[in-house]
Amino acid sequence: MKQKLTIAVASGKGGTGKTTVSASLACAAADTGHKTAYMDCDVEEPNGHLFLKPTINYRHMVGIPVPVVDQDKCTACGLCGEICQFSAIVCVNKNVLTFDKMCHGCGGCSLVCPTEAITEHSRNFGVVETGDCGNNLKFCHGKLDVGEIHSPPLIEAVRETAQGEDLSIVDASPGTSCPVVAAIKGVDYVLLVTEPTPFGVNDLEIAVDMVKELGIPHGVVINRSVPEHTLARDFCRDNNIKILVEIPDDRRVAEAYSKGELPYKGVEGYRELFKELIDTIIEEAGR
Amino acid sequence: MIEITVISGKGGTGKTSLVASLASLAPKPAVADCDVDAADLHLVLDPQIKESHDFSGGKLAEIIPARCNSCGKCYELCRFGAVIKNENEKPAYTIDPISCEGCGVCSYFCPEKAIAFEPAINGQWYISDTRYGPMVHAKLGIAEENSGKLVALVRDQAKKIAENKNLSYIIVDGPPGIGCPVIASVTGTDYVLIVTEPTLSGEHDLERVMELVNYFKIPAFLCLNKHDINPTMSDKIENLARNAGIKVVGRIRYDRAVTEAQIKKLPLVEFTDAPVATDLKNVWNTLIQEINSLQKGSHN
Repeated sequence: MKQKLTIAVASGKGGTGKTTVSASLACAAADTGHKTAYMDCDVEEPNGHLFLKPTINYRHMVGIPVPVVDQDKCTACGLCGEICQFSAIVCVNKNVLTFDKMCHGCGGCSLVCPTEAITEHSRNFGVVETGDCGNNLKFCHGKLDVGEIHSPPLIEAVRETAQGEDLSIVDASPGTSCPVVAAIKGVDYVLLVTEPTPFGVNDLEIAVDMVKELGIPHGVVINRSVPEHTLARDFCRDNNIKILVEIPDDRRVAEAYSKGELPYKGVEGYRELFKELIDTIIEEAGR
Repeated sequence: MIEITVISGKGGTGKTSLVASLASLAPKPAVADCDVDAADLHLVLDPQIKESHDFSGGKLAEIIPARCNSCGKCYELCRFGAVIKNENEKPAYTIDPISCEGCGVCSYFCPEKAIAFEPAINGQWYISDTRYGPMVHAKLGIAEENSGKLVALVRDQAKKIAENKNLSYIIVDGPPGIGCPVIASVTGTDYVLIVTEPTLSGEHDLERVMELVNYFKIPAFLCLNKHDINPTMSDKIENLARNAGIKVVGRIRYDRAVTEAQIKKLPLVEFTDAPVATDLKNVWNTLIQEINSLQKGSHN
């Protein structure tokens, strides 16, 4: 195995089984002796803790720098409003107004201000929690405050906080836009979880385009696989994408999931399936 | 005209399948697909595209090599790690378009005026006809930002069309999560319909999505999909919603016909007469009754 590996689990469509697969893989990796970190980067709706049941032992707030205007120094020149691309600071009728939730923290306004009327202070918008799930398995997730717009800096904070283990498993949010890019940028391998439905395969195609654009090696897991539904299989064959495993459509898995139990721990046959899968991924990612 | 936005918090609970059936059941609807980075509704509603437009949600910086003297000011100022240093190359810096946040700080402060900062094309949006009525939908470019702006634009266009054509409803298919594109899907909408499933994850995500609609003070309803896979959890979730002041407008049973309908590219209510189709019709009827009584109440 390469010195350190980071593997992300992603999907275009939601609800295809990212959390089931990534949490199971994290357990399988830890059980086979790898020092492992599970990072839940779906900060809008983090669920990994429901399955891994970690003991949280550390939490810290995450903030981004937003402007504070000293009205005594401000000459209402309007330069801050001109440089801001995000409508987070505007100058109207000789008044400077700030909208913190729109701010991306670029620092442009404070740099451009000719009278040094703008300073920055950190505004919290979410929290990162870390903990342990027993042997070899560290846990980390981010929780975006409700009503907050901008999640990528929190996702980056989760990845920074939990880095350092031999093997890191990143659980990404659904979709293909900036939060997913923040979760998978720079990882060694992306596992795309799909289901063999038309919606699943349509979104798999978009997700494949995304990982190709980012230049990351990838493979596919077909979840809830039904032999006669061949759409996902056909797509992977036609596009020369490796299918690492097909997980059958199994009511026992759905029932376990509904109660917050991983098939890896509670359903016969899945421990072996995920141990084999983690070995395959390590081999693929190490190439 | 009434705008109803369907969201879920958790992904894969059945938003798009539900919206396809609502589009079929609603009299005179316009439809908006606001899941712009993984849009699926077109697979069922089969829109005929009438208009196609580029979407530009922001700008991107790009170094003009001929003007760059490799001073490194941009590298020093960029907070998003988007300026990449290339040792022993000329110019010594380039900008990674995927990491570029579009803030323009590098371009503004470049002493050589060597950084272009121009509108980027982040995706496309379309106005289409379907057999149910007009549809506005979009495709965000791969790995793009500004999905919230594109969502706002899609809803805005759907509203204009619905007003011009005097339509009764706008049915909005929202994205999963509670962040930027979801907030853009629900702000200013008339009603939110939350669709969830009876799982521990569904419950956990529902709590956050209910908090969101309360935060924005939007009247919301709940429907439970696949309710029979865990009846105990279904009861628990319904209680949770009621306690949050959210009315439950129906339960939909688990049926593999949902996938079959998707494969046949039909809304479920047109694909089958099975009990699951009746469940969906009940959701629509109850939802409209509840909305009508709220509207009457507010007019009195």
